[in-house]
Amino acid sequence: MNWFTWLGDFFSDPDRRSGSNAIANRIAEHLLLSGEALLYAALLAVPLGLLIGYTGRGVTVVTAMAGAARALPTLGLVTLAVLLAGVGDTAVLVPLVALAAPPLLVAAVEGVRGTDPDVRDAARGVGLTHPQVLWQVCLPSALPTLLAGFRTATVQVIATATVAAYVGLGGLGRYVVDGLATRDYAATVGGALLVVLLAVAAQAFFALLARYALPPGLRAQQRAAGRRSS
Amino acid sequence: MDDEPLVRWYWIGDHLGYLGDLLADHAVIALVPVLIGLLLAVPLGLACTRFPRLYQPLAAVFNIVYALPSLAVFVVLIPYTGLATQATVMIPLTFYAVAVLLPTTVDGLRAVPDPVRQAATAMGYGPWHRLAAVELPAAVPYLVAGLRVAAVSSISLASVGALVGRGGLGYLFVDGFQRTFPTPIVAGIVLIAVLALAVDLLLVGARRLLAPWAVREKGAGQ
Repeated sequence: MNWFTWLGDFFSDPDRRSGSNAIANRIAEHLLLSGEALLYAALLAVPLGLLIGYTGRGVTVVTAMAGAARALPTLGLVTLAVLLAGVGDTAVLVPLVALAAPPLLVAAVEGVRGTDPDVRDAARGVGLTHPQVLWQVCLPSALPTLLAGFRTATVQVIATATVAAYVGLGGLGRYVVDGLATRDYAATVGGALLVVLLAVAAQAFFALLARYALPPGLRAQQRAAGRRSS
Repeated sequence: MDDEPLVRWYWIGDHLGYLGDLLADHAVIALVPVLIGLLLAVPLGLACTRFPRLYQPLAAVFNIVYALPSLAVFVVLIPYTGLATQATVMIPLTFYAVAVLLPTTVDGLRAVPDPVRQAATAMGYGPWHRLAAVELPAAVPYLVAGLRVAAVSSISLASVGALVGRGGLGYLFVDGFQRTFPTPIVAGIVLIAVLALAVDLLLVGARRLLAPWAVREKGAGQ
């Protein structure tokens, strides 16, 4: 037995063509769970990070807390949440949000703080109010950092959502965990490969986004910076 | 579950020795990979500063490595390294550590100001002497910053190894979950956080010893 026969078995098994165990269904579950976690984390962390970055208050505390949050083991949080709240999306969402929020928070803070102070002063000088400066000047110039933060958070969430299967939820982790329990390596290896592909696809998506979706002014600025440093 | 308290203290009192063993196992599984990762990242980083073309592809590869879900990699390794062995968990953790440490090593080595390098050469330092006496010490603050991230992530990630039978304190999560008994889970989370904090403090202390100027500069800059 080797990887190729395992993968062949995995993708040719008719059980994985339709029904709840179908590959397409598991991918959809995985993406939905990851997306939900990222959405809540973003709603929580990005506005807070923008405010903290703009005012400069509490930066040290937030950075230290984000570092400490890295030490929280997701598997521990998931199992504890299931015992406390019962099996359900909430039990997995809370740990995943705890995983995704720190990088987003740090990225928002760093992004806003990285805004050229002269540009901020100029924006104030031409009569923009503080909210306008934050929204029209700091947010756009924080976008590259913010996107990098989203990339880290997304990859981590997609990779970690696999653990959700251990406490009985769906997603691609089902193949990995069930395969492990029944010594069905074809399922385990196939599920693992799909998670890896999903994570790599997410990375590529954010790389493309950083390349083509940034405001034109920012892209010109980055090109100029690239020329200077090379 | 309704009448089960979050922590039953007597259980912790009865299992102190057991918890200590798991903590020691966890520290080995999580931290030896970080040390090996450092030993790999420094020469790789040196190669990248000497041959700059190497850096982009290497960084891209380790970016993908970092995206690999730990559980999936553990599982894929089992046929080669066996179920519930330390190697199954430590090999992926080593790669994650390199993925974190390589960019910080390269940043650190690149941060040595050219005049400093030239001064060392002018004073008659050969390339190896200059590396050991000037460039590596100058990179220490960067290396420590990378090590802090790598060590804390590794300590947290190692617990996932429990799902393939070797996760140090992570075993407490599996155990508590299977018995619907939250005490071991809480103990595991707390011990992992304490271990991470202790290692982090050690690293900060090491930086103060090895690179006292970095602390001064930071203080002066603020």
